[in-house]
Amino acid sequence: MALLWHTISCSSIGLQIEYREVQKLRQRYRYSIILLKQLVKTDFKLRYQGSVLGYVWSLLRPLFLFAILYVVFGVFLKAKGNIPHYPVYLLLGIVLWNYFVEVTSGSVGAIVGRGDLLRKINFPKYVIILAGSFSAFINLILNFIVIAILMAITNVSVSWQALLLIPLIAELFIFSIALAFFLSALYVKFRDVSYIWEVIMQAAFYATPILYPLTYVPHRYAKLMLLNPMAQIIQDGRHVLVTPASQTIGDFWGGDKWIWAFPIGFSLIIAGLASMYFRGRSKYFAEEV
Amino acid sequence: MSDEIAIQVENVSKDFVLPHEKVSSVKGLFTGATKRQKGNDIQHALHEIGFEVKHGEFFGIVGRNGSGKSTLLKILAGIYQPTAGRVQTHGKLVPFIELGVGFNPELTGRENVFLNGAMLGFSHKEIAAMYNEIVNFAELERFMDQKLKNYSSGMQVRLAFSMATRAQADILLVDEVLAVGDADFQRKCFDYFRQLKKNKKTVILVTHDMGAVREYCDRAIMLEKSEIVAHGLPSKVATEYTRMFMEQSESGRGNDRDEKRWGDGVITYTDVRVTPKQLKGSQALNIKLTAVAKETVERPIFGFLIKNAAFTNILGSNSQIIRQRIDQLAAGQSIDMEWTVPNIFNDGHYYVDPAISYKNGSQIADWWEEATEFTVFKEDKTPYIVNPDLEFNYTLEQPK
Repeated sequence: MALLWHTISCSSIGLQIEYREVQKLRQRYRYSIILLKQLVKTDFKLRYQGSVLGYVWSLLRPLFLFAILYVVFGVFLKAKGNIPHYPVYLLLGIVLWNYFVEVTSGSVGAIVGRGDLLRKINFPKYVIILAGSFSAFINLILNFIVIAILMAITNVSVSWQALLLIPLIAELFIFSIALAFFLSALYVKFRDVSYIWEVIMQAAFYATPILYPLTYVPHRYAKLMLLNPMAQIIQDGRHVLVTPASQTIGDFWGGDKWIWAFPIGFSLIIAGLASMYFRGRSKYFAEEV
Repeated sequence: MSDEIAIQVENVSKDFVLPHEKVSSVKGLFTGATKRQKGNDIQHALHEIGFEVKHGEFFGIVGRNGSGKSTLLKILAGIYQPTAGRVQTHGKLVPFIELGVGFNPELTGRENVFLNGAMLGFSHKEIAAMYNEIVNFAELERFMDQKLKNYSSGMQVRLAFSMATRAQADILLVDEVLAVGDADFQRKCFDYFRQLKKNKKTVILVTHDMGAVREYCDRAIMLEKSEIVAHGLPSKVATEYTRMFMEQSESGRGNDRDEKRWGDGVITYTDVRVTPKQLKGSQALNIKLTAVAKETVERPIFGFLIKNAAFTNILGSNSQIIRQRIDQLAAGQSIDMEWTVPNIFNDGHYYVDPAISYKNGSQIADWWEEATEFTVFKEDKTPYIVNPDLEFNYTLEQPK
């Protein structure tokens, strides 16, 4: 009898604790969401403050880069090869790549940059990275409007396949934010990270088929290049939105279907590891920044 | 509810590893690995700290700079992780390590209210609902659409403080934000404290201000060299704190300061008695003194000084001040004296320094610091230095 009573009281305590945990969890996420909204808003307000054109710059910047690259690579160097709708093809690549750069390079110093805040209040640190990611995401959406306009002008026909862009962008979001978590946490300890990443990004810009069609690359290198999630995302994105002439992982690894999943799996693994690393390190950010 | 634990601190230690030269580059990592003869310095900021704070308590943490109190506050706030031990918090905790966390000079006052509000856990909607109150309290109605960088520091503090007073928390951690600002602002802060106390909020206050400790705290601890050295009633802790400073400044003055009595000794007190030792209500204090002369002294002056636990001089007098001339005390002659002092004292502990001087006060015969002490219990406490019985009358105008 006593034992039974003991069991009952224990389990009721267990339930109570569980309930409290749920409440706590809800409270915690409430705070994160409030913070996230406010940080994204602030970021947007501050970004183009004092500039005459304001938000227009977030559209003009990639457009200018596109114009330059189009003239140099598309017109002078004839890099477009046999790709139809090369301008849209190029612009989409640039926009997706820009998002990746904005999230990763932008977040390297994000934690350190908020050091002042970290030392004064305890808040979920991932919100900082998430906020950076969302700001860039809003930019990405705006840029897609420009792409849509360019597509309308150049008569690119859109099929139902364009919907596949959604999972691709989700993959892009996850892969970018995963690296952002990793880099920002690592930068707290090693300030060399920002320079190293800058160099990596420069190399990666050319190692990713942004400017040129994959047909220009020797087959075995192209095969390897497509294992890079960014290459896979950009090529797939072009394939579903712009032209089937954009070669995807299926064109190179046709037989080995499991390889098709490699970039996605790689992104997810990176995301898991990076968030674990970030979580572990984030407790000590306040002391280390 | 009021007996429940709000914060439980168990054996908390905190060590900071201080590399001689911080390795924050990859090159440093490699070169550092080859010549690691230097090693790290470990700084023990806190050593096995343990205490608990109950719900509704106003809890003080005092200590000198570098005693570890700010580290402790940051651990309580969850900003730092303890190296050992643990902290359990029950209830929503909001720290005020600094006012206006997250304030951005490039944003307007209005935008900063929403930003800081988010840091304090308020949604946009919640802030919008109390926006006017915040602005009115800060007295900044006309400035809300200006950028914060154009605010004076006083305006910024006012806005930040106004935000802080809105914080909905069960437990508030307050660092010495009170030390800043003008008298008017400090008054507002103290009003806020009283309000917190009245609303039975759990407050942990880190401060140097022993007046605030005595006035608001229910309990306090004192940290010194990373450990708790005093724990208990605020008056006790405040006294310890003041004493610690006294001891330090005394040891700085020289060795002869061990003796708390000095003078050339031509006349010395032989007996000092205070009755009653525990003063209640409006009872008067009696100080009975006996002194003996070794040599004949012309026109000696007998006096005393009463100090409170913080060693602030409360009152004092001597035979000359009250125009009682004693012409001469012959060698071997003794004198009995009695002072009657009205009980103007506030609740607390007091010390009596009797003194004898001559040659018009230029020569000290005997100065006996803290020769005796007494305690005062007052029903009606005030936070001020003295607390005499006051009379209050009023006439209410008849309603027309």
